[in-house]
Amino acid sequence: MATLTIPVEEKKKIHEQEALITGAEAIAIACKLADVDVVTAYPIRPYDTVMQYISQLVADGEMDCEFIVAEGEHSQFEIVKHASVCGARVFCGSSGVGWMYAMEALTVSPALRVPMVCMVGNRALDDPGAFGVEHNDALAVRDLGWMLTWVDSAQEALDMALIAYRVAEDRRIFVPLAISCDGAFLTHSQALVQIPSAEQVKKFLPRYNRGDLLFHPDNVISVAPQVNEDWVMEVRRQNYAVTEIACDVIREIYADFEKTFGRKYGNPFFEEYMTEDAEVVLLGMGTLSTPVKVAIRKLREEGKKVGFVRLRWFRPFPGPELAKCLGRFKAVGIIDRDFSFGSPNLSGVVATEVRSAMYTGSSTRPPVIGFIGGLGGREIIVPDVEKTTEIVFNAAKGKAEPLTQWIGLRG
Amino acid sequence: MGQLLAIEVVYRGVFQKTLAKNITRDIVLAAHNEGKLGISFGRYGDAPERNGIPAKGFAIVANDEQTLEEGMAQYEPKQVDVTVVLDDTLCKGVESWAWYGMLPVHRALKPGGTLIVISLEDAPTLLKSIHRREKPYKLGIVKGITSFSGMWVYKDDHTDVRVLGAIAKALPELFSLKSVEQFINDKLKSSAKVASARLDFERFATVDVKAGQGNPEELFKFDLPGWKDMRGGVSVKGQPQGGPYADPVTKQVGGFRPVRNELFKKYSTRTERPVVNFSTCTKCTLCWLNCPDASFDVAPDGTYDANLKSCCGCGICEDVCPVKDCITMVNESEFHDNNSQWAEFRKDKDAYLKWLETTIQKAEPMEKRSNGFRYRGQYQEQIPEALEIAKKG
Repeated sequence: MATLTIPVEEKKKIHEQEALITGAEAIAIACKLADVDVVTAYPIRPYDTVMQYISQLVADGEMDCEFIVAEGEHSQFEIVKHASVCGARVFCGSSGVGWMYAMEALTVSPALRVPMVCMVGNRALDDPGAFGVEHNDALAVRDLGWMLTWVDSAQEALDMALIAYRVAEDRRIFVPLAISCDGAFLTHSQALVQIPSAEQVKKFLPRYNRGDLLFHPDNVISVAPQVNEDWVMEVRRQNYAVTEIACDVIREIYADFEKTFGRKYGNPFFEEYMTEDAEVVLLGMGTLSTPVKVAIRKLREEGKKVGFVRLRWFRPFPGPELAKCLGRFKAVGIIDRDFSFGSPNLSGVVATEVRSAMYTGSSTRPPVIGFIGGLGGREIIVPDVEKTTEIVFNAAKGKAEPLTQWIGLRG
Repeated sequence: MGQLLAIEVVYRGVFQKTLAKNITRDIVLAAHNEGKLGISFGRYGDAPERNGIPAKGFAIVANDEQTLEEGMAQYEPKQVDVTVVLDDTLCKGVESWAWYGMLPVHRALKPGGTLIVISLEDAPTLLKSIHRREKPYKLGIVKGITSFSGMWVYKDDHTDVRVLGAIAKALPELFSLKSVEQFINDKLKSSAKVASARLDFERFATVDVKAGQGNPEELFKFDLPGWKDMRGGVSVKGQPQGGPYADPVTKQVGGFRPVRNELFKKYSTRTERPVVNFSTCTKCTLCWLNCPDASFDVAPDGTYDANLKSCCGCGICEDVCPVKDCITMVNESEFHDNNSQWAEFRKDKDAYLKWLETTIQKAEPMEKRSNGFRYRGQYQEQIPEALEIAKKG
């Protein structure tokens, strides 16, 4: 959660208004404030709320952009890709199988250095058909050069969208970025949000400048030729280079965000909650932070020293930093709202990544127990968290706990 | 933990989607005038884009952030202080599009909580529909025509602020009338709406509903299987074919009644039901052929009987029936059971036809209604009538 770093009187000057809006609407408003040029849309729940709200802003004359309804998700992402290469600031998004249908368009964007910003309203992949949240949709592009973030409140969604444009359009970065919002819990819940003024946003977010990569008659270039083995390695190495410096750029931009808007997120990559004196911690992404924090406060009252780490940036993965943080504790429990069937230890994606990061990044080896839960929109409730904490405490005491366990499952 | 208040709004998909969203949002904003914090959201598993489907919206309000977070740490509130029912026919039960089964309208209401229903009926009539329960509660009626509109239009008939006024009376811990008035002045900017909210605050009254009072119908229940007991391949058992059935009078077996899904009945979506005149039916088959849900049973005598546990009230049968007044869609609030019309007809033909004659007179005139929807979009036309009722109460 962000904390205010400036006096209330100053805050009034910066914040134009307070509104009760959903996470999806918060992102739509960020698009308006960022003066996005081209938006493409194709409906799928829960992403479609953002598309509906942008179209409303356009219809009401509050936002000026090309609003293109594509005939499917693949075209949706192709259109913004081309617009971005031509110098337009773009916004797009999808959910679940819609995102998967766009996959070919998603794979080409990082190599073409397209800084498109997208919202993924996280949704279970069919089958079985379900609207609810599951993180496997956005995670499907985790190896392709996309930047991936998870937010847990409407305020953070708005702020992250502004940060996303600044990061993605930084000339050192130039890769697509997806903001994941948990379906229902975030996309469809209306919460009070501070909306900054357009002037303030202008100060933070310069115009998108594609420079020598601009596809324009005044800058004659050909984009995306067939290259085969002569060039592929070097092209991949260029994308790899982005990931080498990305964490530093993100840190720099968060510092500037704090200076401009007076809202502080601390460590950009992950949020720590009650970790100072914690013996064990839980870790997860997205809105599961709410039941986890409530459970932690309850467990603390019972004298159990447990903390929580909420991972905000999954790509770039803050490996060394996170490993160092987690190495302090006696045991770590990772709650994955996703699955990775057949993975090492049969764990979810986040648990597997964390173990990998800790192998090299931490001198200590606390047990890392993976939990899979909350799939397809099932709620993770406070008793679930209490149970996982108990298991993690057992592991801390040396009990051999299975490395992957399902929570909130029937039968 | 500080004080946590939850309000649930039960409404009908599409027709009341915007109204419900506005009400839950307005609750949070009015409470925010008193420094309280809150969130509002819809039950996500619902599909409020589907005509008439029962759906729910929620507002959660707390005095501090941590308490609010405790309210947010679950998918939806398990207990609410107030349940608002925006269409009185929802009192018969709520079966959402998602897999919750059929549930009584006050299922989440706390013991002693208040059920607020928009209705022209009185409490004893509503209690014929509202299921009995073990925990007592209060029932209050905001007298009014059910406010229906569409996906893209909003009928501004003051239902939103009338509900806010009633809630201020029912749950003063949430907000005062003054905060509601302040919210309306600031955000809705209408003195007429302020007056409407105040009127309903002043006249809102409740009756105490005792344990066991209400509709004795037992709603169907089911258990969800564990993962090892479920069939593989995302498959579920289908329904077997149906078969002929007996005439209640002659015991003669004939016709055809399909076997229907006992776990998802659909009838709580209905706001109108077809009333069939079996004596003028020509057995032309059109209603049976065109019914999108195969809701017609073929009676042993070859006429067609709308199965009222299956029918979701779309009205297509009335539309395609070539015989005048043979199928008439009548406001669902006129009925209190789902019994077979054909069986009633067979038991006492004259009594049935007499009942039919008086019942179909209660239908809205044809030009005023459309399929599955009591009113045919006359948003502007209906507002004066609605406001008149709002004034008189």
